[in-house]
Amino acid sequence: MLTKRIIPCLDVKDGRTVKGINFENLTDVGDAVSLGQHYAQAGADELVYLDISATAEGRNTFTHLVERIADGINIPFTVGGGINTIDDAARLLDAGADKISINSAAIRNPELIDRIATRYGSQFVVVAIDARLSNKDNLWHATTHGGRQETDRELFSWALEAQERGAGEILFTSMNHDGTRAGYPCETFARLAERLHIPIIASGGAGSAEHIAEVLTQGKADAALAASIFHYGEITISDLKQYLHDQGIAMRL
Amino acid sequence: MIAIIDYKMGNLRSVENALKRLEAEFVVTADASVIRKADRVLLPGVGNAAEAMHNLRQADLVQTICDLRRPVLGICVGLQVMCRHSEEGDAECMGIFDTRVRRFPASAAEKVPHMGWNSIHNLDSKLFNGIKGGEHVYYVHSYYPELCQDTIATTRHGLLFSGALKYENFYGTQFHPEKSGDTGERILRNFLML
Repeated sequence: MLTKRIIPCLDVKDGRTVKGINFENLTDVGDAVSLGQHYAQAGADELVYLDISATAEGRNTFTHLVERIADGINIPFTVGGGINTIDDAARLLDAGADKISINSAAIRNPELIDRIATRYGSQFVVVAIDARLSNKDNLWHATTHGGRQETDRELFSWALEAQERGAGEILFTSMNHDGTRAGYPCETFARLAERLHIPIIASGGAGSAEHIAEVLTQGKADAALAASIFHYGEITISDLKQYLHDQGIAMRL
Repeated sequence: MIAIIDYKMGNLRSVENALKRLEAEFVVTADASVIRKADRVLLPGVGNAAEAMHNLRQADLVQTICDLRRPVLGICVGLQVMCRHSEEGDAECMGIFDTRVRRFPASAAEKVPHMGWNSIHNLDSKLFNGIKGGEHVYYVHSYYPELCQDTIATTRHGLLFSGALKYENFYGTQFHPEKSGDTGERILRNFLML
């Protein structure tokens, strides 16, 4: 039986991971390869590395980092941040990334999804959607620029379009819940899962293991991505996966 | 020496990296004479089975591969082209494994592509030495090889399919051992030690 996936997300700036505490046996949490290996050993099913560098130099550093990650990590990993063109995708594929995640660029230029999926396969393309429930029209609007700009794109139609264009997975973050640590909008996740045939990764809002259990069951998500609850050591991945397994959720232990 | 066959079917880097982690020596090649001399041959592949067969024919490698007597491991589409036929592009394949490759039926319960970690069972080969039934490996695919007499591992995604196949010196895994953590590394090491 296919298991649900637990995916830590690591933010990288100028080649260094930026969040996180010191774990036992890990001297340099800023080293993206060591931190990734630490999570892989702890049972992470995949990793996401998000480049938050703002400069071309930072992007360049990130590409070299992706090569080192690919050398050192034996589970799949996705990279995101600053991917605007098919050349950006090709550069990261050549560096060894298993998947890329595109967000704002896909909204600006939806054909980018078709082009990357046609050339490299749907399994390579994750479309990330940061959406906010608007109190004006009570619809979920996709946003860009880390949630600062709201667009006319409505979550469900945009996710369906992304799937039709060749996205292999949808990574949905509720901007109403992100950072609140109050849990996920499970009903919305479940509606999304019922409409799509590709896997859905839930992100944003996890404050506890119970929240993650909810989004994987009631929310019907295929995977849960989280950052702070892992980086600050509040719960280890192995304890989380054991808990989810005990709740009857299929896990790789 | 291990030969990784390069027939322009996706990135070979993850397979190369996995062999590097095992400290194995390898060459990436489409040269039939190098492939014939190799102790082990890896046929990776991501993408479309019909295109993969087309590329193998273009490179004039089909007979070379079928004639190999040393251990050969096909991974993902590399396994699929070693079967009789694939529904993907209605492709006649090499026919080493006596089975067909079919598309997963669309269903609400089981998503397609089958993507993520799933368990392997009914393990029946030295390829799985030290691996217990129920261990998890990483899959990404929309087409699956049917069960047959060459099946050496099974996985369920709605229906039961061949997670791995073996015929004489030919092996294939539908999953990606190069991305399957410690379990996958063990399987690759077993292949190198066959």
